[in-house]
This record gives sequence, C-alpha cells and structure tokens, in this order.
Amino acid sequence: MKTIKCVSAGFGGQGVLTVGQLIAILAMDKDLAVSWMPSYGPEMRGGTANCHVVIDAKEVSSPLIAEGITHLLAMNQPALDKFLPRCAEDVVIVTNASLVKNVPSDFKGSLIPIDFNQIAQDLNELKVANMAAFGALLRTMPMFSREDGIEAIIKKLGKKNESLTELNIKAFEMGYAKEA
Amino acid sequence: MSKVLMKGNEAIAQAAIAAGCNAFFGYPITPQNELIEYMSKYMPDKGAFVQAESELAAINMVYGAAAAGARAMTSSSSPGLALKQEGISYCAGAELPAVIVSVSRGGPGLGGILPAQGDYNQATRGGGNGDYKVIVLAPNGVQEATEMVRKAFYLADTYRNPVIVLADGVIGQMMEPVEINTEALPLIAKPWASDGNLSRGHRNVVNSLFLNPVELEKHNQDLRAKYDLIEEKEVDYELSHDENAEVMFVAYGTPSRIVKAAIENLKAEGINACLFRPKTLYPFPYEALKKAAQGKKFVLCAELSMGQMIQDVRLSLEGSVPAHFYGRAGGMVFEPKELVNAVKDHLGGR
Repeated sequence: MKTIKCVSAGFGGQGVLTVGQLIAILAMDKDLAVSWMPSYGPEMRGGTANCHVVIDAKEVSSPLIAEGITHLLAMNQPALDKFLPRCAEDVVIVTNASLVKNVPSDFKGSLIPIDFNQIAQDLNELKVANMAAFGALLRTMPMFSREDGIEAIIKKLGKKNESLTELNIKAFEMGYAKEA
Repeated sequence: MSKVLMKGNEAIAQAAIAAGCNAFFGYPITPQNELIEYMSKYMPDKGAFVQAESELAAINMVYGAAAAGARAMTSSSSPGLALKQEGISYCAGAELPAVIVSVSRGGPGLGGILPAQGDYNQATRGGGNGDYKVIVLAPNGVQEATEMVRKAFYLADTYRNPVIVLADGVIGQMMEPVEINTEALPLIAKPWASDGNLSRGHRNVVNSLFLNPVELEKHNQDLRAKYDLIEEKEVDYELSHDENAEVMFVAYGTPSRIVKAAIENLKAEGINACLFRPKTLYPFPYEALKKAAQGKKFVLCAELSMGQMIQDVRLSLEGSVPAHFYGRAGGMVFEPKELVNAVKDHLGGR
C-alpha cells in the first residue's frame, strides 16, 4: 500500500487530535501499522494543535511527517498555511470552509471545502464540528468505510461521553455525506 | 489480548506495573508527565506511589525502596536525570536494582522540551562518581519501549544494578498500537534486602560506604566482574541486513526509524544502505558493529545530538571503516532527505 501521511491541524480545542486518534484506531483495527504523534509543549500554548498520523502496511518508518503529506485536515487558515508547503502534489485537503478562505490559486491537489461549523451549528452542538470533519476526511480514504468510522467513534468516545455519541455520529455522517 | 492505541509514556507505565513494579517515585517534567500521571492513578492499588519534592528525593526514595526489596522505579527527562546522577551512583555502589526511565529532551541546561538525544553520554557514562556502569536500553517505538521496561526490571533484579530505559520525546508522546505483556515477571529472591525480616539471625545492611581501601578495591573488582558478565551476555542490536549495501547507518531510538525511510529513498536512487541499531547502549555492541561495517564504504552515525554515540561507533570500528556523523539538536529532527543528501555528499556527490 501507499503510505498514508495524514496531518490534522487547527486551533487548540477544535478536536483535531481526536480526529487523528480516530483514524489511528481505524488503521490499528485493520491490522495496519500506524503512529500518531501530537504537537506538544509550547507549540500547543500558541493556540494551534496538530497531529501526524502515518499508516503503512507493515511498519511505520518515521512517525514525523516532514514532507509528502497525502491527507490534510485544515480546520483553520494557519493550519493550511503551515502544512501546504509540506504536501505531496496529489494531496487531498479537507478544509473547514468558514475559517479557511485563502487557498493558493496554483494549488493542484484535491480540495474539499466544507463548512463544519455550520454542520455543528445545525446540530446545536459546536463541539461536534470535528466529527463532521472526521467524516469528510475519512471519505477520502477508501480503505475505510463509513461503518468503520462509526465503530471507531463508539470505541473511542462512546464511554467518555455517552450523551454526545449520538450527535457525534450524526455529525460524522453529515460530514461524510457532504459534497464539497 | 488485542492491541490498544497508547501513548508511549502511558504504555511504559502500564508495562512497568505489569512487570511487577510496586514502588514508583517521580517528579513532573515534560515530556514524560503522562508516565507519572498514569502511575499516580494506577500504582496506589499495587504498591507505593510518591510524587517526591524533587528529582533528588525521588531517586533516593528508589534507593530506599530497592534496598527493602521492592521493584522500584523512577522516571524523568534530561535536566531531571542530571539531578538523579548522585543517587544512581549510590544505587550502583550499593548494588541495588532500580529502573530509571529517561524521556530525553533538548539541552544543555533547561534546554527545551522537544525530542533530542543529547543524553547518550549522560546515560552511558553517567554523572555520578566512581567506577560504575548502568545498563542502558534504547527503544525505537512504543511497543519496544514496553518490552524494554519489562526487560529492565529483569536485568535490574538479575544483576542488582540500575537500568536506564533511554527513550526520547517522540516515543514518550507518540501513540502506537501496543500489546503489553501481562505475564507475571518471576520474582528473583533478594536475600540481601534490608526488609525488616528478623528471622534470619543477622541484619542485612545496604550501603555504598567502604572505608577500608582493601574492601573497597575488592568491591570495585567485584563490580567490574559483574560488568564484564553484562558485556558478555546482554549486548543487543538489530541489523537490517543488505548484502549489497555500500553504506551503513548507525542510529538508535526514533532516528533509527527516520533512517529506515532514508534507506528506502536511497534505494530508489540506486544506492544501497543498511542500518545497524544498538538496542543496548551499555553494553554497546562494539564487536557486532565492527563486523557489520566490514566492506562498507563508510558508516554514517545519525543522532539527534551534536555527536555522542559516534565516539562508541569509532571505538567499535577501530579505524577499519571511515565513520561520518550527521546530527540535529535542540528538538529539531532530521528529515530522511537530509540523511540521503549526507550519504550522497560522502559518496562524492553522486
């Protein structure tokens, strides 16, 4: 398989680390090798957060993605600005459309802009915007199904916050179904 | 048991408890805080957890608990390890089994909190006084970190010696699927322990003070004999063998994985390289490294430091093969392409 080098990035509090963990869980459950590496320390205190998820068939070589990002979730403009130069040419970028306005006109990869905040607002729960983003991002990874995604949400978040699970899944499905 | 996705720090803590650790003493420092946090939550059911008032206190609590026969452990990061050096020398002098996890970060001084390997010398040479050695294990991922922590308790008990598990910030912070060995690690009898047992008829005294020079020399000779045995029996390494390799990388910990990516990239450009990865930094695999390097154009030692393990690499090679160094520091981590370029430069701009 072609190595997946996925970066999930945004403001602290937008839940980008959780999105990365959900993808890592999916990969683990498919018996693939996977690593999840968060930004930590002072980088977090500046208000930005990101994580690197690398998925490979047998072994993850470097858990840090220096270049060749294949999948990028940019939940805000700084996230896109920071990671765009490190993307592969055929990258798939999912953006949080209301907060990411400027995409360079010469960008050649696939762009999927979706207003995740709007989806969350429609569900009256701003916290679930990241689940909608998870849905949209997952759809760009054909090795995982919609059902896999729901299972991962239940596995990772079901116990922690049962009352939110239903909304999490609803947001996920809306993000998954949304046409860019 | 199926695999779970776990952060290195937490997985190390869980593996330590599974290996029978029953006394943990720590003091917070990034990037190993999750380890102490996990211990604070789960250790009280198993034994003693103390958040000490300082690193110094923590290592001396380890000394005390180990002297009483406990499977004792502490963890810290670079500047914290510096503070523990005196206690580590005392543990070695008193022949106490102790496990010390070092999740290293950039230095010197307070340095930074991102991953680095500037503590190779600190771990393998130590900053405590006297002729002593500490076994040093260097994992390159979360799964291996859990296995090495388990092994560390076994080695500590077997040799009555401190063992350092030297991880870096990436291993501490990263999540990977992990399966922790929950089989009980057999207890090794500790008839020397000062455990309050009055039925022996004599008192066990645990001490590192020998005022009689004849006795102290004998103690040093006994320790040396023990280290000889460790050097004979416990060397461990991984060699990604490639008969056609013209270049051999040497790297440990997280950088060894980046090297693997570089080797793939080099292969795509028609350059064959292999990796020699020491898993024990003390005892260092001197002979195996020299043997593996024979016939290579050169060895490239890649570290997240300004050059520490390279000294052991050169000691191994004894001049038989040229050894070059590539390093980044301060939390900057090299990319595979930097290593590819370094190899090409040394090959003469190919």
